[in-house]
Amino acid sequence: MTKFIELVVNGLSVGSVYALIALGFVIIFKATEVVNFAHASLLLVGGYITAVFHDDIGFLPALAAGMLTAAVVGMLVEFLVLRRGRTSDHGVLAIVTIGVDILLTTELVRRIGTDVLDLGDPWGSQSVTFAGITIPQTRIAALLVATVLITAFLLAFRYTTWGVAMRAAAEDSETASLMGIKLSRVSLGAWAVAGALAAVAALFLTVFPTPGLDRNTSLVALKAFPAAILGGLDSTTGALVGGLIVGLTESLATGYQDQLHFLGHGLSGVAPYVVMVLILLARPAGLFGTRELTRV
Amino acid sequence: MASAMLAIRDLTVNYGRSVQALRGVSLEVAPGTVTAVLGANGAGKTTLLRAISGTLGFHRGTVDGGTITYGDQQLSGLQPPAVVARGVVQVPEGRRIFGRLTVDENLRAGGLGAASRSGAAATRERILELFPVLAERHKQRAGLLSGGEQQMLAIGRALMAAPKVLLLDEPTLGLAPMMAERIGETIAAINEQGTSVLLIEQNAALALRLATNAYVLEVGSVALSGTSAELSASDEVRRRYLGVGETDEGGPLHREDRPKLTRWAG
Ligand SMILES: Nc1ncnc2c1ncn2[C@@H]1O[C@H](COP(=O)(O)OP(=O)(O)OP(=O)(O)O)[C@@H](O)[C@H]1O
Ligand SMILES: [Mg+2]
Repeated sequence: MTKFIELVVNGLSVGSVYALIALGFVIIFKATEVVNFAHASLLLVGGYITAVFHDDIGFLPALAAGMLTAAVVGMLVEFLVLRRGRTSDHGVLAIVTIGVDILLTTELVRRIGTDVLDLGDPWGSQSVTFAGITIPQTRIAALLVATVLITAFLLAFRYTTWGVAMRAAAEDSETASLMGIKLSRVSLGAWAVAGALAAVAALFLTVFPTPGLDRNTSLVALKAFPAAILGGLDSTTGALVGGLIVGLTESLATGYQDQLHFLGHGLSGVAPYVVMVLILLARPAGLFGTRELTRV
Repeated sequence: MASAMLAIRDLTVNYGRSVQALRGVSLEVAPGTVTAVLGANGAGKTTLLRAISGTLGFHRGTVDGGTITYGDQQLSGLQPPAVVARGVVQVPEGRRIFGRLTVDENLRAGGLGAASRSGAAATRERILELFPVLAERHKQRAGLLSGGEQQMLAIGRALMAAPKVLLLDEPTLGLAPMMAERIGETIAAINEQGTSVLLIEQNAALALRLATNAYVLEVGSVALSGTSAELSASDEVRRRYLGVGETDEGGPLHREDRPKLTRWAG
């Protein structure tokens, strides 16, 4: 039972980090209808900047710098690469983001080389033990920070002018522009928020028990894709639920590997994808989505 | 703030390379008046409004000739938000309310492009007075409203931008006669408060009653224009748009030719 609870808390924590990534992915899709395959590289940018600067300026300023840089890079991708294509095919734009991803990732991987970078987080490898349950501090921090950020995002999405403009544009962009809503600003804002959230996710994907940021971190970030897709590409609720499902699945599949041995080796790696496929078979638009992937 | 003249001169619009939707259309909306545009399906009425509001780009359409001016300001070439900021606001065909947003949020969205945000609360109050049903349902999702209520919301949403010229694309389409009448009265009330109106309508009787001047569009050109009184009296308009026939051809069926309607016995 103790093990189960530990695995669930771990899963929720990792899942909330996936949710941060998936949320950014979903708001870009809502605002622009573009599937952003460059998302993992935005995450890598944010993590890399945090890693490079934390020694000189301290952890929190470095994290802020990472978020800011990822936000700016996101806006540049929107402005320089996608802006011209506003009316053109969204499928083509999605492929363009693959190109951007390859460019960014190649450059970052060249800089990182074979190093494993520390992001300078204050939690280290300490754990908290409560009623016999032992949880790393980093997992608790991840859960708390992700919860705060997601709550703040959802409140802003619901109540602020930015949120109303964003949702109106997502529902009917032509009519939104007839209301005087500037679609280019909505879309820049979406990319900026997505970048900043991804930078925070980079931190929590690379803290203990993970050794640090390395060239494979962007591969880990890819697990947020099934999270966004199974939740429904155009649903913020879906991104959250999807993130948690993927996190839990992964954690439980890892924890009970021995008992699940009959399903084959390396189950934890593929489990999120298996869950995604099963859900999509039942609900092609994802749990909360309204658009089927075939239309993308 | 007095509104100025909205003037369209020799406007030519194409969709892609092959479809010419407007060919040399000229039209004016005098300050403080209601101007009606009538025309059959496909005549180019919606295209005209898209050209004014700057949304042709969403449909791969382009302005290939002519000018659109509001007062001394050039509107053609502007992005839609810039047109809204100059006080020219459109209620699109088919209402296009944001169905997943609440009534309140729809109104809020309508105010986002206003030239100044001050007075938004007062504007909202006035709109809710004009359409009390919106006040009753302000927290509901707009998609749950009836067609007539949605049309009121669409008009209210546009009024949030405090327009000087309101462009209405077939606001009574698909509404029951009573509701159409109600929308007509509202348009008159909005106009009385100083907003100029460019009203596109298939319901010619209603439009001619509200308007001072009217134009008839046919396959992309202005076929007739004049005061509403002149057009109401013209044979062609009577026959083709008001459904009053002098001859049997094309006119409505004579009373005795109509099939007898029987009421279903419950
Ligand atoms: N997006 C588009 N692409 C190509 N052609 C179009 C497009 N929209 C309209 N057209 C064409 O332009 C012409 C005018 O269309 P428009 O929608 O302006 O007519 P309308 O007078 O508003 O008709 P309705 O009364 O049916 O609304 C029509 O021939 C139509 O087929
Ligand atoms: Mg039309």
